[in-house]
Amino acid sequence: MAQLEVKNITLRFGGVTAIKGVGFNVEQGTIHAIIGPNGAGKTSMLNCISGVYRPQEGQIVLNGQDITALSPYARTGMGLARTFQNIALFKGMSVLDNLLIGRHTHQKTGVLAGGIYYGSGQKEEVVHREYVEDIIDFLEIESIRKKTVGTLAYGLQKRVELARALALEPKILLLDEPMAGMNAEEKEDMARFVLDINEDRGTTIIMIEHDMGVVMDISNRVVVLNFGQKIADGTPHEVQRSSDVQKAYLGQEA
Amino acid sequence: MSEDLDTFPKLLARNAREFGSKPALREKEFGIWQALSWQQYHDKVRDFSLGLVSLGFERGDKVAIIGNNRPEWVCAELAAQGAGGAGVGIYQDSNLTEVAFVIDHCDAKFVVAEDQEQVDKILDMIDKLPKLKNVIYAEPRGMRKYDHPALISFAAVEEKGRAMHQAEPSRWEQNIAAGKGSDAAIISYTSGTTGSPKGAVLTFDNLIVMAKSVNAVDQKLQSDEFVSFLPLAWIGEQMVSVTISLLVGFTINFPEDPSTVTEDIREIGPHSMFAPPRIWENMTSTVQVKIMDTTRFKRWMYEWAMPIGYQIADLKFKKQPVPLGLALLHKLSYWALFRPLKERLGLSNLRTCSTGGAALGPDVFRFFHALGVPLKQLYGQTEISGISCIHPDGDVQFHTVGKPIPGTDVKISADGEILSRSASITPGYYKNDDATKQTIRGGWLHSGDAGYLTDDGHLVVIDRIKDVMRLADGTQFSPQYIENRLKFSPYIKEAVVIGNDRPQLTAMICIDMSIVGKWAENQKISYTTYTDLAAKESVYGLLEKEVEKVNETLPQAAKLKRFVLLYKELDADDEELTRTRKVRRGFVEDRYKDVIDALYSDKTDVPIDTTIKFQDGKTARFQTTLLLRDLT
Repeated sequence: MAQLEVKNITLRFGGVTAIKGVGFNVEQGTIHAIIGPNGAGKTSMLNCISGVYRPQEGQIVLNGQDITALSPYARTGMGLARTFQNIALFKGMSVLDNLLIGRHTHQKTGVLAGGIYYGSGQKEEVVHREYVEDIIDFLEIESIRKKTVGTLAYGLQKRVELARALALEPKILLLDEPMAGMNAEEKEDMARFVLDINEDRGTTIIMIEHDMGVVMDISNRVVVLNFGQKIADGTPHEVQRSSDVQKAYLGQEA
Repeated sequence: MSEDLDTFPKLLARNAREFGSKPALREKEFGIWQALSWQQYHDKVRDFSLGLVSLGFERGDKVAIIGNNRPEWVCAELAAQGAGGAGVGIYQDSNLTEVAFVIDHCDAKFVVAEDQEQVDKILDMIDKLPKLKNVIYAEPRGMRKYDHPALISFAAVEEKGRAMHQAEPSRWEQNIAAGKGSDAAIISYTSGTTGSPKGAVLTFDNLIVMAKSVNAVDQKLQSDEFVSFLPLAWIGEQMVSVTISLLVGFTINFPEDPSTVTEDIREIGPHSMFAPPRIWENMTSTVQVKIMDTTRFKRWMYEWAMPIGYQIADLKFKKQPVPLGLALLHKLSYWALFRPLKERLGLSNLRTCSTGGAALGPDVFRFFHALGVPLKQLYGQTEISGISCIHPDGDVQFHTVGKPIPGTDVKISADGEILSRSASITPGYYKNDDATKQTIRGGWLHSGDAGYLTDDGHLVVIDRIKDVMRLADGTQFSPQYIENRLKFSPYIKEAVVIGNDRPQLTAMICIDMSIVGKWAENQKISYTTYTDLAAKESVYGLLEKEVEKVNETLPQAAKLKRFVLLYKELDADDEELTRTRKVRRGFVEDRYKDVIDALYSDKTDVPIDTTIKFQDGKTARFQTTLLLRDLT
C-alpha cells in the first residue's frame, strides 16, 4: 500500500477548474516531484494534500486513512509538514524561536505549567531544544541560530523554513519550490539537504520544482500536470521521453 | 629538558595523569560546549593510534589530515605520533591538485578527512595515490552511499584500537616509550609563493624547544583558554594548539563552525590569541562600521573615550609616564567604553595576543592598545618552527617585528638578507635536499626576506629580497611596502603594485566590499555586485583620495601614477593568493596581463573577458569593462 494515495482529485474555484481528476500514489521513502507549466495546478495540488483547500471530488488517503475532510493541523499531527513558495516565517523572531514553534504539536505541557516554566515546562523545553539543535546542525545554520529571521538573506530564510518543517518530525514533507530564486550554489546545497533528509531520516518528500536539472537528478518519480490534468507519471527518464510532456513544455509543431 | 617528556604522546600521557578530569579540548556542538578531559583526550588518541596500527601503520609512516579544526584533527596527529609516525596537515580549502600533491609527496598511508567534502576531493584523485591505504572520515553525514573499499570511519578505527588495547594492554605504553625527541613530529608544507609546496620536517625537539622559548617571553598558564580557529596545517596554530597546549596544559576550544568564530570567541573569552593581521583588521573595521550605525549617545561616548585611549597608548609606545589627570580619565573611560567594548569582542580576559605573517597597520595597533589589548607583532618561518622574533612586553614598535626570542640568533647577511639560527631549525625539507641546501647554509636559516636591525635590537622586515624591484630608470622600490601602506586604508582589501622594468608605478586594487558597500549606502549609491560596486565613478573618486594619501608618504620617484579597481577579489582558489593570503605576484601579473598593458597605454578603460574557476573545478565565463584612473 502506498503511503499517500491521491485519488481522482477535482478542485474548482467557482467556474474555474484548477485540478481535474488527478490521481497518483506516493511510496514511502521516495522523492516525488510535481512539475508542470505555470498555472498547471501544482500548488493547488499541494494545498489539497496539506489541507489548505478541500477538493470537491476525490480522496486523499494517508496510510490507509481517508484524510480528505481533516483540517491542516490534524494532518500535521499525522506526520505531514510543508514549506511555502513565499516564505511564511515569523520574521520578527529568532531562528531558534521559529524552530521551537515548529515543535508545538509535540509539546505536552499546558498553558499554566508552561507559564510557570520551572519544573515540567523547563524539562520539556530542554528536550525540544535538543531536537531543534540537531536540526540546526543538520542544516548547517549554527551561525544564524540567534539572528532575527527578517534580517537574513532569502536563501537562508528558505533553509530556516525547511528546518521548521523538519522540527515537526514529519513522515511526509511537502516542499513548494524549495529552490526558487536561489543561485547555483544555494541550489546545490538545498538539493543536498533534500537528499540527506530523504536518506538519513527516511522522510518521504513531495516537491514542486521548476529547475528540471534538479528534478531529474534527485527525484525517484515525477508527476507532470498541465491545465489541471495529469499528463505523465513515471520515473524521470520515462517522463522526459513522453511526447505529451514535450508538447506542454515546448509547444506543438505547427 | 627532562628525558622522559621529549615527545607529544609522552606529554599527553603526563597531562592525563596530572590534570585528569580538567578540560583539554572543547568543541561547540548542538549549541553547547562539549568538553573532553585530558584523560578522555588521551584515551581517544590511544584508541585511534592502536586502530591505525591494526590497519597496518608502521613506525615512520605518515598520516595526512585535512579538515576544519576539531578534536579529531589533533587526535589524529597525536595518534600518528604515538605510533611512531608523523602528522601532515593540509589546508582545508586546498583544491584537488594541491591535496593530491601533498598526500603523494609525503608518502601518506592514511588520510584523515573531516567530511564528505574533503573525502570527495581525495576519492576524485585516488587513482593517482598508490601509496594511500585508507581514507578515514570523521563526520559520517552524507557518507551513507559511499562504498569505496578504502573508506573507513573515525569511530570504526577507534573501535579497532579499543579491541587491540584489550588484547595487548601494554602496547600503547611501549609505542610511546619507543618515541624519541629527534623523531619527526610533523611535516609542515609551506605555501610558497612560487612552485610546488615544500615540506619542512619538524622534530619533537624542534617544536618543544620553540614552545619553551615562546613561553618564556609570552607566558601561558594552565588555566588559560584558547580558541583554535586558524588552519591547523599552519605552523602558528600547530605551535599553540598542539605543542604549547601539551606543554602547559591549557584548554583548546574549537568553534562550532567556521562562520561562528566571532561569537565563539566572545563566549569563551580567551586568555591568549594569535591571529594574522586580517583578523585584527576585520575586528577594527567591524567596530568602526557598527559605531556608525549605533545610537547617538553611544557614538558620543565612543568619540569621547577613544582619544583618551589613544593618548595613553601613544605615551606607552614612547615609554613616557602617564600624568595623573589622564590616568583618572582613563579609569572612567575604561568603565564607560573599553570594558564593554572588549566584552563585546570577546577580548575581556586577553592577557597576551599577537599577530604575524604580514605587516599590520599602525592604526590597527593603536586601536587595540587604546582599548588596553596588548597586541604584539611576531616574525618567523615554518622552517624555524614558527617564531624567531616577538615584541617584548612594553616595547611595541609599529615598524618592527620585535626582538629575537631566547635561544635564537638573528643577523643580517652582507646582501641584506635576514638569517636566523636556533635549536628549532628543521633538519630539512622532506625529499627535497636541493631546497634544504639552498635554505639552510652553515646552520643559518636563509629567510629570503630583506631587513635590518635597529640600534635597540629590534628587527625590521622590508620585503622579500627577490621582490625588491627597480623601475626602468633604476629607482629601487618595494611593492609590498607600498601595498601594505595602501591596505592600511579600510577601503582597500588587497593591492598589487606593478613597476618592475617599467617607466612608472601603477596599482591594481581590490576594494573591501563590506566597508565600501557601507560607504555607498550612506552616500545613497545603489549597487548590485562586487563588480558593479568596483566600477562606480564615485567609488573611484573615494579610492583616488586614499591612494593620494599614500602617495604623499612615498618618495617622488616612487609615487603611484595610475590605478585600476579589479572586478573581483584576489582569491587563493584562483591561485592568485597563497593559502596564507600573500599575493602570488608572477601569477597575478600574468593573469591580469591585459589590465596591466592597458595601465601602461593611454587607454581610459579596458574590456575584460575571462573565465572564473570555482573550488569544485567548474568554470564560468565573465565579461565586464574596467576604468583606469590617472593620478596627478
